[in-house]
Amino acid sequence: MNPRILIVDDEPNIVVSLEYLMKKEGFQVAVAVDGEEALVKIATFKPDLVLLDVMMPKKSGYEVCQEIRANPEQAGIKVMMLTAKGRDTEVAKGLALGADAYVTKPFSTKELVAQVKAMLAA
Amino acid sequence: MSSWGIVLAALGYLALLFFIAYKADRRADAGRSVINSPSVYALSLAVYCTTWTYYGSVGRAATSGINFLPVYLGPTLLFTLGGVVLQKIIRVVKANRITSIADFIASRYGKSHLIGGLVTVIAVIGIVPYIALQLKAVSSSFDLLARYPLLIPPLRDGSLSFLTDSALYVALALAAFTIVFGTRHLDATERHEGMVAAIAAESLVKLLAFLAVGIYVTYGIHNGFADVFNQARGEALLDALRVNRDSAASYGGWFSLTLLAMLAALLLPRQFQITVIENVNEDHLRRAMWMFPAYLFAINIFVLPITFSGVMEFGLGLDTDTFVLTLPMAHHLPWLALLVFLGGLAAATGMVIVETIALSTMVCNDLVMPVLLRLRPQWLQAKQDLTGLLLNIRRGAIVLILLLGYLYFRLAGEAYALVAIGLISFAAVVQFGPVLLGGLYWKGGTRPGALAGLIAGFGVWTYTLLLPSFAKSGWLSETFLTQGPWQIALLRPQQLLGLTGLDEITHCLIWSMLANMGAYIAVSLLRMPNAIEAEQAIRFVDNKQSLRPGNLRASAADLLPLASRFLGADKANEAFTRYAQERGVGDIEALPADADLTYFAETLLAGAIGSASARVMIATVTEEGAPVGIDEVLHILDEASQIRAYSHQLEEQSKDLERASLELRAANERLQELDRLKDDFISTVTHELRTPLTAIRAFAEILHSDPKADIEDRKRFLGIILVETERLSRLINQILDLAKLESGSGGWRIGPLDISDAVHAAINAISQLAQDKRVALEEALHGPFPIIQADGDRLIQVLINLLSNAVKFVPAETGRIKVEAFVSDKEIRVAVADNGPGIRPEDQEIIFEKFRQGGGNILTGKPEGTGLGLPISRQIVTHFGGRLWVESQLGQGATFFFTLPRTAEETAG
Repeated sequence: MNPRILIVDDEPNIVVSLEYLMKKEGFQVAVAVDGEEALVKIATFKPDLVLLDVMMPKKSGYEVCQEIRANPEQAGIKVMMLTAKGRDTEVAKGLALGADAYVTKPFSTKELVAQVKAMLAA
Repeated sequence: MSSWGIVLAALGYLALLFFIAYKADRRADAGRSVINSPSVYALSLAVYCTTWTYYGSVGRAATSGINFLPVYLGPTLLFTLGGVVLQKIIRVVKANRITSIADFIASRYGKSHLIGGLVTVIAVIGIVPYIALQLKAVSSSFDLLARYPLLIPPLRDGSLSFLTDSALYVALALAAFTIVFGTRHLDATERHEGMVAAIAAESLVKLLAFLAVGIYVTYGIHNGFADVFNQARGEALLDALRVNRDSAASYGGWFSLTLLAMLAALLLPRQFQITVIENVNEDHLRRAMWMFPAYLFAINIFVLPITFSGVMEFGLGLDTDTFVLTLPMAHHLPWLALLVFLGGLAAATGMVIVETIALSTMVCNDLVMPVLLRLRPQWLQAKQDLTGLLLNIRRGAIVLILLLGYLYFRLAGEAYALVAIGLISFAAVVQFGPVLLGGLYWKGGTRPGALAGLIAGFGVWTYTLLLPSFAKSGWLSETFLTQGPWQIALLRPQQLLGLTGLDEITHCLIWSMLANMGAYIAVSLLRMPNAIEAEQAIRFVDNKQSLRPGNLRASAADLLPLASRFLGADKANEAFTRYAQERGVGDIEALPADADLTYFAETLLAGAIGSASARVMIATVTEEGAPVGIDEVLHILDEASQIRAYSHQLEEQSKDLERASLELRAANERLQELDRLKDDFISTVTHELRTPLTAIRAFAEILHSDPKADIEDRKRFLGIILVETERLSRLINQILDLAKLESGSGGWRIGPLDISDAVHAAINAISQLAQDKRVALEEALHGPFPIIQADGDRLIQVLINLLSNAVKFVPAETGRIKVEAFVSDKEIRVAVADNGPGIRPEDQEIIFEKFRQGGGNILTGKPEGTGLGLPISRQIVTHFGGRLWVESQLGQGATFFFTLPRTAEETAG
């Protein structure tokens, strides 16, 4: 079965690009546009990996990540944080909250895809 | 006999005296004191015998018989019976380094400058008649001798001018002599070795001269005592010696005179000086106890023979005070007469020298310096060496006192015999008796008590003796004496309250002592002695000399203000309260005035000003330890004021520092806040720039790496890249625009503007957008509008921003947007109303902040736009002095208002 990827971002155009990239790799893809929707989709869609934006309405990526990690049933889910906020403190915060990777925007599409594959293989 | 011969003899005598004093001083400096001898001490005590004794005893014996004797019985009793008292006084004086009788009394009652000054004033006023008496004796004996062989003294009346008055020259000569003699150098202990030696020599001279006359009269003119007395009995002169109801002498008078003389022998400033201050060895008192009375006996033994001989020779017609001189003159013995004159001169100079030196010391130390210290401390402080000043004050005092003596002599001298004048002085100084002796034996005496006693006694003395002496000399009206002031008989000064039948001295003594002692005791009993008085009482009454440093005593009431001066009131209070609690006492007032408390205060002070200064400052409150000298006090005042100035400076500096550091902290906080804002801003801007950039890069890479993508996707992706690129450039433009507005270099293009033109322009610009969304756009301009000075393009920018926001948020199809404009007296108001979702109250101010868009939670997805439109619009409106705000209720649309003041109106029209 193909890995399931959940894309969480409030920027429609970025969602379009990520969706295209993931589908091209053959992954099953779902989309959420804010933090609350992300949590719902995680529970229903049961993704293997979440591409998670930080700056979102309703619930930030940090909060979403924290709730994933607080739930034992979702322990296996990989989290990759994608954010335009690239300062060291923010990277450290994301990793401390349990993110497996932290990628700053704008990202290289090739590297992103490679990293997603590596994480799913691990 | 030629005047010049007499003057030369007198000058020769004075030169000899000076030589003796000089030698004695030299030997004292070499450590071989001539006055360290009980005999010299006893002889110097005979300064008591002045011209009053020398000439006056005979005069008094001739007029009032045996009544001349109590004046000598008093001192005899004092020295034979009062040795214990004298010894005690000497010990107290030495232990406390006291310099005069004024100092003694002032010191006993808490080192009061007021008492010291009062005693000095009383002493000077009281002694002035006595000095007048010396001037009178010397000048009249000189005038008499100068006419030898004639026996008639020159007539003295008011016509005698000052320039021809020998008494004036005597006064000036004595002043000069005393100045040279007594104020050559300053002695810290106020002891004058040379002077004492000279006084002892003078005592020998006057005794020998008097004995010479006595022996000549008794054995030369007559055949011994028995012969003189037998002849006197034949002339019925002996009756005068009896004391009975009819005689001039009375028992009451006898008693009061003895008492008076007894006290005066101690309390006259010169006697106190010689007996107590100049005493080098307490043991000398033992020889003086018999030797001084013996001297008095010797100088009086020939008084009666000379009196009887004189009366028999001349009758009572001639001035009886001059018998000592006129008898040798009558018997043509010029050399013996000259010797008598020199003896009289010795008696006068001895008295004047010691008296004026003692008085000038008091005037200087207890009157002038305290006043200077209080009134001109800076001036004193500036003087490096005060000894010159001190000596000059004393010299001035000597001249002044002698001139006052001369003045009294001119005013009252003629009315009185020598003895009467002397007794006036005696009665003045015995006013010191109660406070001095009381202070020596009674611990209850207080400063107010002493002041009251002195003032009361001195007042009565002035009224009953001094003023009458003026009245008798015609200087005051005679009716003052005979009828009393304002003709009130009860107030007659010499029959006060109807007390009659007494001689004037006894009368004065009774009333003045009653007032003096009564006031002293009564006022003293009004309150308990305070700390200093109690402490001094212990030192004077118990004569405790073993008070060591650290064994001082002062009350909290005295110590607290002192500590406050150096530590500040709060700190001092705190420390004292803590100490009181440690001692288990309720509050500061309840602290006992003991050594522990004083020690505590001293250590407290020592922390602030050093232990030595603390010790001296404590001593100023306790009056303990070494008496604080004037220069010490000045030094401390100086030091303390410097310390205070310095600490004040430090305080100021630390205040400045505190202020500066507060300002610094505030500035720092502001900077940090700005920094944080800048950080936030940059972070936000970065985020806003990266977001479109992310999409652009992602699709560019996709297109680049996947040339086989289908055409629809390609078109879509390129479209996204275009939109995001526009968004990016718009964002950059707005950021730059905002930065320009915020920095104040907005590049405004001001010109005349009708607001309706701006509204039309904005609606034109936005109409396409509204049509696309099928939104209704109305306008209602309630003109006409005044022309104002403004930047039209900027205002159009504001309107477009508000309109495009409205278009963005209103629902498609049913959306309605209305632009209205009003004009009032003060301003033009523009409103942009929509029927969109509305804005939550908590967001109504936030939306004007940078990058804070509203509505994200209402619509799905983010609203378009940069989040900078409203901040920029507000900046523009504010620039023209207007306001921009929103009124809205959730679900009922929103209305944005902005105003423009009419002050920008173009008056030219």
